Amino acid sequence: MNAHAPLPSGTCGPSIRIERGQRAVFCGLTGIVWLHRKIQDAFFLVVGSRTCAHLIQSAAGVMIFAEPRFATAIIDERDLAGLADMNEELDRVVTRLIERRPDIRLLFLVGSCPSEVIKLDLSRAALRLSQRMAPSVRVLNYSGSGIETTFTQGEDACLAALVPDLPEAVSTDELLVVGALADVVEDQFARLFSDLGIAARFLPARRTSQMPAVGRGTRYLLAQPFLADTARALEQRGARRIAAPFPLGAEGTTDWLRAAADSFAVDPARFAAATAPGLRRARQALSAHSEKLAGKRVFFFPDSQLEVPLARFLSREMGVELIEVGTPYLHRGHLAAEIERLPDGTPVVEGQSLDDGLDRCRAARPDLTVCGLGLANPLEAEGLTTKWSIELLFTPIQGYEQAGDLAELFARPLDRRARLEV
Amino acid sequence: MQLTVWTYEGPPHIGAMRVATAMEGLHYVLHAPQGDTYADLLFTMIERRAERPPVTYTTFQAQDLGRDTAAIFKDAVAAAYARFQPQAMIVGASCTAELIQDDPGGLARALDLPVPVIPLELPAYQKKENWGASETFYRLVRALAGAPAERPPQGTRRPSCNILGPTALGFRHRDDLIEIRRLLDRLGIAVNVVAPLGASPADLTRLGEADFNLVLYPEVARSAALYLEKTFRQPLVDVVPIGVGATRRFIEAVAALAEVDPAPVLADVASRLPWYSRSVDSTYLTGKRVFVFGDATHALAIARVTTQELGFRLVGLGTYIREFAREVRAEAALHGIEATITDDYLDVEAAIQAAAPELVLGTQMERHIAKRLGIPCAVISAPIHVQDFPARHSPQMGFEGANVLFDTLVHPLMMGLEEHLLGMFRDDPEFHDGAAPSHLGHGPNRKADALERVPEAPPLAPAPVPAITVQGADAVRTAPWAPEAEKELKKIPFFVRGKARANTERFARERHLPLITLEILYDAKAHFGR
Repeated sequence: MNAHAPLPSGTCGPSIRIERGQRAVFCGLTGIVWLHRKIQDAFFLVVGSRTCAHLIQSAAGVMIFAEPRFATAIIDERDLAGLADMNEELDRVVTRLIERRPDIRLLFLVGSCPSEVIKLDLSRAALRLSQRMAPSVRVLNYSGSGIETTFTQGEDACLAALVPDLPEAVSTDELLVVGALADVVEDQFARLFSDLGIAARFLPARRTSQMPAVGRGTRYLLAQPFLADTARALEQRGARRIAAPFPLGAEGTTDWLRAAADSFAVDPARFAAATAPGLRRARQALSAHSEKLAGKRVFFFPDSQLEVPLARFLSREMGVELIEVGTPYLHRGHLAAEIERLPDGTPVVEGQSLDDGLDRCRAARPDLTVCGLGLANPLEAEGLTTKWSIELLFTPIQGYEQAGDLAELFARPLDRRARLEV
Repeated sequence: MQLTVWTYEGPPHIGAMRVATAMEGLHYVLHAPQGDTYADLLFTMIERRAERPPVTYTTFQAQDLGRDTAAIFKDAVAAAYARFQPQAMIVGASCTAELIQDDPGGLARALDLPVPVIPLELPAYQKKENWGASETFYRLVRALAGAPAERPPQGTRRPSCNILGPTALGFRHRDDLIEIRRLLDRLGIAVNVVAPLGASPADLTRLGEADFNLVLYPEVARSAALYLEKTFRQPLVDVVPIGVGATRRFIEAVAALAEVDPAPVLADVASRLPWYSRSVDSTYLTGKRVFVFGDATHALAIARVTTQELGFRLVGLGTYIREFAREVRAEAALHGIEATITDDYLDVEAAIQAAAPELVLGTQMERHIAKRLGIPCAVISAPIHVQDFPARHSPQMGFEGANVLFDTLVHPLMMGLEEHLLGMFRDDPEFHDGAAPSHLGHGPNRKADALERVPEAPPLAPAPVPAITVQGADAVRTAPWAPEAEKELKKIPFFVRGKARANTERFARERHLPLITLEILYDAKAHFGR
């Protein structure tokens, strides 16, 4: 049931469809798990329920034990009795927290479904606590609730909360690269931009005191596809986006860098010289996996908004056939360069109706299904090979040097299935 | 508000999911916002289930808030029924849905489905996972068990019982059940229904046909069993058969209710624990200081095993399950200690530090606390991680469970003996102070000096071991050590060095001595050695 309609021949671009129903996705709180590792002097305090604490615990796995810089202030019955009391409670929890962790410079009060539904005003609480704890600690707030955000949108909400706080830029010849990247990836990109003669800064910075400046005429390049609100906040400060595909794979990375180079009028010869070694290595690394992936039929369940760029990479650089590309949300503007690179007729589904999606997946019997951990083992048990999608957020995958690793993430489950004889 | 990094238990709807996932032919519709589906992972990843849990979430979003959410809920119930055709359904709200105050029970009733639809009231801001499991199971039993069945008198047929308590995501529930079935089989007792694990709603309607009930995990099944006792006059056994002694008591209690002779089963010494524990190799286990923490069922049972069957000394006992605080306090009192009843892991960590145990038995969390403190540890209770849903048969209950327990509880200490030998030969080039114990990861163990974790009477110890003193973290300033005294201290084997250092410093502090000299080191030894 509900198989997608056959595509009329001769259409241009992918076929985009919206679906509603049960969604098997993470909420934005999950973003904390990688964001807190990126901003080294920030603490993320979720104001929510035991469910929120349990979620972060489940998502963070063993990381929970290494004195992590996140926690949950669990709302209990007494808090629900009256709002004034609740603000006092929050102040008490925050005071205790900062006493215990004097190294913290930036505190995020992260809203959850319960705090949003009872309309606890965390932005006012952030303002109040910020005044009280100035100048040593800044307090900001954003929502990572499931009702507002899906998985990676938590990072978007967090970065968007940082933007109004960024210093005012004095010059416009700096490039702002937006989106949390693994440190190793960020360093590689910093070297590449430097070789291109572009002064690049990264948002978020690794420390609160080193956050980049933004102002009228600042040009920014998105490193991640899920940053709609952050982009809007940057535009409000007068920044302009450099349109580009996302830096996944050899081609994606080159096109991403080229968009920046063109914007900064970098000499094509210099561009070629700076990117040639990386491009050569990336192609070499990809070729090691092309045999395993070429011609394979791949199905994406929605998860992170990385699905469309990943599908583009797999289709153009690894020769896979795309059965369906699910995404929790499709920003038509930011993903324009990606959408136009997808094969004509590729079914792109925005949103989700879980059981219907599972029916389509089972009917298609893909060679590889990219999905969350709630679906992966059950689909494996049905004989489908899966790639769990969360790993794509925790593993460095962007840029030339990681292109081979990215391909391997998809090739490995196929390789494994071929090896196992029991 | 409570500041929390780690929680021992999930919210109560996770408990309901554990019951629903354990069963067959039951479907749970959970009114919950987008994102709450994370809970599926616990079952598909930690327990490695090959199927999605039988749970449909409404996954409402901000744009749905207002009147829409009730409609979304009704649609989800109707769609789940149409797709899965369950024998019965349970419906309820997660923490957020509890706040928006749709009425899952009423909304589901309005659909007038042809199967029982049981509403769950799980107060997410007061109660937790185990309570949720217990309440869900109780509600299911109440709704489905039906009217009391007429049972032919005992003696005219094979006696039968229900096994109550095993759930999905339960610590070793799968293998415990195998052991219990084996025992019952040997006693000649039939198993009527096992629930929730593997039971269907239709099976629950047959609960009344059994003569009595076994409550394997009181956290989950006691309230349902008490209900059955009241309505069906089915007596219950809630001896938790963990350990040899408890297994024997369990067999006796079960045999008495079934009116069968337990002697043949009791006579057959199926467990190697008693002999292993008596063998001389185990002598060094005597009086080993152990700290036990976990759910109430396991904490209580393991406390008895360690003290009565392994000869350890209980220096700490606690649980995160407040509903069972009274029983745990009573058990702790028998050992002259105060129970640690808390769901805050920082409190547990403080209690462990204060008790200075040589072995910690607890949950995944205590495993990490012990690792941080450099103390041997074994896991005896949920919450657990994926490695504690092993592929091999690994029960806690019954005679085979006792074998498993002996190995599990002693293994980290055997490693302790290995460490001790390393200490004895520390001047050999292969062994030195910086050599890490093999079970505590790599890198030098910086805390070796500060910790007291080696046998109190090691067979190879050359020096008498002074009494243990526990030093508070906030002790007053300690006198400095003179170089020759420090040098002498290093000659004492490292496994008693920590005690020697602590005792000497205490001796000096109590006497307000400005410097610890060689003399004072031996004065202290004489003082505490008496």
